[in-house]
Amino acid sequence: MLQYILRRLGFILLTMLLASIIIFAATQLLPGDVAQMIMGRWASEKALENLREQLGLHRPVYVQYLDWVGHFFIGDWGKSLMTGVEVRPLVMRRLRNSAMLAGLSLVFYVPLGVFLGVIAALKHDKPVDELISAASMAFAGLPEFVTGLLLIAFFALALDLLPANSSIEPDAGFLEALPQLILPAITVSLTSLAYITRMTRSSTIEVLKTDYARAAYLKGLPRSQVLIKHVLRNALLPTVTVVAMGIGWLIGGLIVTESMFGYPGLGRLVVYGIQRRDLTLIQASSMLIVAIYGVSNLLADVLYAVLNPRIRLG
Amino acid sequence: MDRSNPNNSNTSVLEISNLYISYATETGRLDAVRGVSLRINQRGSYGLVGESGSGKTTLALGVVRYLPSNGLIRGGHILLNGTNLLDLSEAEMRRVWGAKIALVPQNPSTSVNPAILIGEQVAEAARTHLGMSRADAWHKALEMLTQVGMPDPEAVAKRYAHQLSGGMLQRVLIATALTTNPQFLIMDEPTTDLDVTTEAVVLDLIQELMQRYHSAVLYITHNLGVVARICDRVGVMYAGELMEEGPIREVFKQPLHPYTLGLLGCVPRIDASKHEIELHTIPGYIPRLDELVEGCIFAPRCAMAEEECRRARPPLVEVAPGHLTACWRWADVQRDLSRLISQRRAVTPITAPDEGTPLLEARGIKKYFKISSRRLPFLPARGSSAVKAVDDISIDVRKGFTLGIVGESGCGKTTLARCICGLEEPTAGEIRLEGQKLSPMVTKRPRSVLKNLQMVFQNPDVSLNPQHTVARIVGRPLVLLSGVRKGEIVERVIRLLRSVHLPESYLNRLPHELSGGEKQRVAIARAFAADPMLMVCDEPISSLDVSVQASLMNLLVELQKLKGVAYLFISHDLAAVRHISDWIAVVYLGRLWEVGPAKDVFAPPYHPYTEALLSAIPIPDPDVRQERIRLKGSVPSAVNIPTGCRFHTRCPRKTGPICETEEPPWQYSGPNHRIRCHIPLDTLSELQKTVLESSK
Repeated sequence: MLQYILRRLGFILLTMLLASIIIFAATQLLPGDVAQMIMGRWASEKALENLREQLGLHRPVYVQYLDWVGHFFIGDWGKSLMTGVEVRPLVMRRLRNSAMLAGLSLVFYVPLGVFLGVIAALKHDKPVDELISAASMAFAGLPEFVTGLLLIAFFALALDLLPANSSIEPDAGFLEALPQLILPAITVSLTSLAYITRMTRSSTIEVLKTDYARAAYLKGLPRSQVLIKHVLRNALLPTVTVVAMGIGWLIGGLIVTESMFGYPGLGRLVVYGIQRRDLTLIQASSMLIVAIYGVSNLLADVLYAVLNPRIRLG
Repeated sequence: MDRSNPNNSNTSVLEISNLYISYATETGRLDAVRGVSLRINQRGSYGLVGESGSGKTTLALGVVRYLPSNGLIRGGHILLNGTNLLDLSEAEMRRVWGAKIALVPQNPSTSVNPAILIGEQVAEAARTHLGMSRADAWHKALEMLTQVGMPDPEAVAKRYAHQLSGGMLQRVLIATALTTNPQFLIMDEPTTDLDVTTEAVVLDLIQELMQRYHSAVLYITHNLGVVARICDRVGVMYAGELMEEGPIREVFKQPLHPYTLGLLGCVPRIDASKHEIELHTIPGYIPRLDELVEGCIFAPRCAMAEEECRRARPPLVEVAPGHLTACWRWADVQRDLSRLISQRRAVTPITAPDEGTPLLEARGIKKYFKISSRRLPFLPARGSSAVKAVDDISIDVRKGFTLGIVGESGCGKTTLARCICGLEEPTAGEIRLEGQKLSPMVTKRPRSVLKNLQMVFQNPDVSLNPQHTVARIVGRPLVLLSGVRKGEIVERVIRLLRSVHLPESYLNRLPHELSGGEKQRVAIARAFAADPMLMVCDEPISSLDVSVQASLMNLLVELQKLKGVAYLFISHDLAAVRHISDWIAVVYLGRLWEVGPAKDVFAPPYHPYTEALLSAIPIPDPDVRQERIRLKGSVPSAVNIPTGCRFHTRCPRKTGPICETEEPPWQYSGPNHRIRCHIPLDTLSELQKTVLESSK
């Protein structure tokens, strides 16, 4: 098992290396000259030349790349080209914010999704199941900016229960930020909830049909024991994988939701960096997102292996 | 189990009377079980036989009140020790399940939970019904695993399903069922998914346990041989109704229903081959439940049916003490039994030469599948091992001749067939057809070779393209390989369909509109469309019902006589191989151990492996007493092949260290019959005189 994890960590490193090439190439391809962007359209040619010299833009591309990658891996992520602040603390703070939002969303939608999915499976083809299935289908189809707007209109504007704006203070604690986290968390949850519900429903229906579920019933075990011990243990395997893999998206991919609520998360930071052509910021946050995706995938596989003896014991 | 006097105890444990079970479907109600009544006495073992679709599993699930959600018990009583189970609530049933009635299901590999320890799955039954503590229940589980002869129960209890073989999993399920010592046990085809050698071991175990535990048993199977070995009474089901019921010897020796007679005649015999007998077949198919006829439901397929049979349905009546039949003409069946049996008429012998130039020569075929074990990415693999699926096999097949290949699953039979057909590239060896060396890969073989070498696969569900009509499936090889002109194709396809006894109306059907047997007929027609010289048949009948098996075997024999085609017939079913083959080759762990003319292979001296296979066949005759020669464990992994004689780890006749160190030599018993064993053939003959003697 340890060996397996080490091997997978090796793969994550390889992925990050490949991603670094792509990210670096992409930032090189961005239109416009970096120095020009920093100094503005009316900067003198001399000043631009000086800045280029200072940023090392005259060096061959591969040297620039190696320089960047090398520094990145030892933790020196550079300064923002626009504001001049250290990138690492900034990115890390945003990561913390994203993790808070992701955590709250997970707590919302995972238990609820599993619960609804199991209920739907147990009432397979009955009205309850049809209601849950139809509702989850509808929510899965609605884009976040629609559900988000509806939530804002209802809870913030009409009822005035929760703030519509989620731009929290940079160092706000979780409890302090909680009221502002709820609406974006629900927005994110509604999409994923549908997915988890449907996933749980279909795999539970499948496992309920298996010979071993029948064998467990015919052993005379209590219903709850059959359901929890024999059925869900197997039926939740795919759900666990999906949830773990979703963490990457929750932390690095909530661009629409974070922008809509003005929430200072990692996704929004990337957008900000791109808008300002802030290369060091784009590079650092993109690399971090790649790493998070890698780790959440690893988490998914490890959880799957831990829960599934066929993988764990070969 | 006391066979001689099955009525030694008259208290019935289970009494089913006039049971009706139906399924609600989109097209209406289907009555899957109609008016079935039966009684099982204490210590009794009742065998329920029938082909697929006969309703036997529905009956079993109905008895335990665990029907699918669209299933409904519409009438009747199910009395378990006097309590009508149909009156119980689900909560009350839960105290019956596992405690008073236990079910041993058909598929051991899917009936054990993959994510829970084996020991826990046995122990939870003890905790639930015997009120044991965790520790006591675990102890009980170990005791039960010991009872079912599990080697090293402590270790097995801490394993998971995927770490055990099918035979071991079936023991686990039997152990679980017996934990509470239930009054009544239902076994639903418990050995059907197992290899014949494992089946024999599990059947011995069931027999032994039936003596130790006093449960009454309902044993469901399609295999008449298994019933003959296990049960004291038997009921024959057909399309939802009981056709005949009686003591095991009477039903097998003096059947009083034409359907029973037909079923018995379908089973190939191990003491006769296609040269001596033609298998009895039952024309047509089991009717669908929505198209049952007015009178006797078997009448449309019955050779003895008369006007009366088509008018009124015969009731199941007791015509001799304890022997019931639902046939108007039972007296005629009884009177004419000897004549009806001799309808398995002698056939004109086929002349298949034992000598002559071979059509197919395969020399030194090896197929190794490499498995590499890479530990970290980017590093070279640290050594690789190989699965030696086929390891130096040479065979000959002559024109118009059948070579049967037998062995347990995992012995390399299918890989050998795939190598010969060019679907796998052999690691070594040479294949010649009519003296011409063949390219190892089918893609590089010329059309003429493809035409002459055709294959019929085991599972017709996946070997026929579901999108293509029968006409297209059979027509393609006609165009591609036989060069038939466009205008003639339909006519040729119809002729081929007729030769496999399918009506012309099937031309435009899609595979899913056909039954299993019909699909396999289409597959055979497709193979014959190329007019091949050699057909490789890989378990072509294994997934089918006995009556369908018999008609397909007859079809293969008939087509062989007509067209002079040669068969390479691969099967794990020794009786089928015996019936159809001229020569037989016995394979174990990728090598041949015995080769020779069929009748020589089925007479002493046998290779100890052949002997064990023969001894394991369930013979549908309660009077046959086979000597018990049982193999331990399952086939070893083809990665770590045992040294010396590969069979020594399981051989019941192992003589000493020589078996572990030296590869045995081929010994000749007659000009064509050879056996690879260290034991001198005379000694083997002496030891094996009685293996099948009593059957003759």
